[in-house]
Amino acid sequence: MTATTETLVPFDEVVAAYDPALGLEIHVELNTNTKMFCGCPATFGGEPNTQVCPTCLGLPGAMPVVNGKAVESAIRIGLALNCEIAEWCRFARKNYFYPDMPKNFQTSQYDEPIAFEGYLDVDVEGETFRIEIERAHMEEDTGKSSHVGGTAGRIHGADYSLVDYNRAGIPLIEIVTKPILGTGAKAPLVAKAYVSAIRDLIVALGVSDARMDQGSIRADVNLSLAPKGSGALGTRSETKNVNSLRSVERAVRYEMARHAGILAAGGSVLQETRHFHENDGTTSSGREKSDAEDYRYFPEPDLVPVAPSREWVEELRATLPENPAARRTRLQAEWGFSDLEMRDTVGAGALELVEQTIAAGAAPQAARKWWLTELARRANDTGVELSELGVTPAQVAEVQALVDAKTINDKLARQVFDGLLAGEGTPEEIIAARGLAVVSDEGALSAAVDKAIAENPAIADKIRDGKVAAAGALIGAVMKEMRGQADAGRVRELVLEKLG
Amino acid sequence: MAHLADLARIDLDDAELDHLAPQLNVILEAVASIGAVGDLDDVPPTSHPVPLTNVFREDVVVPGLTAEQALSGAPEAEDQRFRVPRILGDEQ
Repeated sequence: MTATTETLVPFDEVVAAYDPALGLEIHVELNTNTKMFCGCPATFGGEPNTQVCPTCLGLPGAMPVVNGKAVESAIRIGLALNCEIAEWCRFARKNYFYPDMPKNFQTSQYDEPIAFEGYLDVDVEGETFRIEIERAHMEEDTGKSSHVGGTAGRIHGADYSLVDYNRAGIPLIEIVTKPILGTGAKAPLVAKAYVSAIRDLIVALGVSDARMDQGSIRADVNLSLAPKGSGALGTRSETKNVNSLRSVERAVRYEMARHAGILAAGGSVLQETRHFHENDGTTSSGREKSDAEDYRYFPEPDLVPVAPSREWVEELRATLPENPAARRTRLQAEWGFSDLEMRDTVGAGALELVEQTIAAGAAPQAARKWWLTELARRANDTGVELSELGVTPAQVAEVQALVDAKTINDKLARQVFDGLLAGEGTPEEIIAARGLAVVSDEGALSAAVDKAIAENPAIADKIRDGKVAAAGALIGAVMKEMRGQADAGRVRELVLEKLG
Repeated sequence: MAHLADLARIDLDDAELDHLAPQLNVILEAVASIGAVGDLDDVPPTSHPVPLTNVFREDVVVPGLTAEQALSGAPEAEDQRFRVPRILGDEQ
């Protein structure tokens, strides 16, 4: 693989000259007990080739039978996406050769998806975008290859590959959008917000582990550019397997810059798949999508059609969780958040985290404060999503409870979070081990206040003259003396008592 | 014919293609005879001879194969995985 130097156009110039069109395909791995067409366990992380049988290995004569629970999950996802549910639909064989697919065809759905014509509304910086859903269909996952030889386990230059079929046959739901137009400069954020909204929905439905880092939600990002105002659709690239929310945003941003570079130079974009590279946020060419690609789909003869009764569909509709938009409105009222506070909370992907923190006993504003300042900063520094940071809502609530009890102050709480991220135990254990508790010894505090007054006579005089605002400087001196381990409110009381 | 052979990863030389093409034509002609029936626009295509729908399995784990059994028919295995020739290089 040769490294090509792409001409990248600055983002502002891209959106000034072009209209982006997005398309997203999201694969959701269901959390059923068993695979789509056989009774093998569908759990993650087993020893290689221990969760396989003749059906998912594609051995001769093995017959598939549909997992009813997976159909139920597919219908619930479809309903949550405001889709129509097919009255009658079939599986189809998608024929191609690849070692991770032992049957040499993938059992999927072709022109008869179980769910179609839906939508999902997402909010980006206060603006709502309606994402039209073309279809959601049922299929099966492939096995997992590892590549031997060449560089760093990559398929290019490998001598041979090893395949583990534990994942082959795990139920997947593929959710495909229609082209998403009119997002302009917000295209990267809309793409990210959509994937985030799908993930939230999947979590609320309880149909998947929804772990992007483990590949249980995977996004393919289609992007094309057309001259601004032309109303046309350009040639698209398809960036495969983008596996974090941040990467979705970066992949869109990069592809916009790359496409614009090609178009501005009078070139034409190649219709191809691209690979996204987490390390530097770039994409590289995968395989060209040629017209020769011919999957020869045909109805799967070994499976009978799925015809969900309308009674069943309505039963499943009644199990749907609260609509996300309605839920946000309700929570905002319950928590007393301003519009801006709520928008920031949702935008940071912190809604569930804040909700769980409040449920664990913290006050709404305190829960919001920790997640959106201290913890958001740390997540940003390490380039992970808040939910993947490694601090749980229960721990945040516990830290806040310790602040409320004046065992620690906000400043010491930050060190407790350091300890939590370093895996040093519970908040209580970290406070004990690091000696973080505020000094409640009045004698020591009083002595520190006396010292600060003695060392700052001019400030002390001002306070004696009634300039209470000057107390801040003395409080700061005392806090420094106590190495931050004092309750600032109590220090203030002592200063004013002594100089009052 | 050559395209189909290519898709199916079957290596056929010209003589074999010439030999097989008429046979494939016989099949296509047999299928084409359906055209003699008349207007079929209102008849849905049949994919299954039996009118069954919704044959579902309970979501309950049943024992499958051990890794040893699974790999017993593999031409090559390594590290408890199926070993396959390099994937890229002869990609179609």
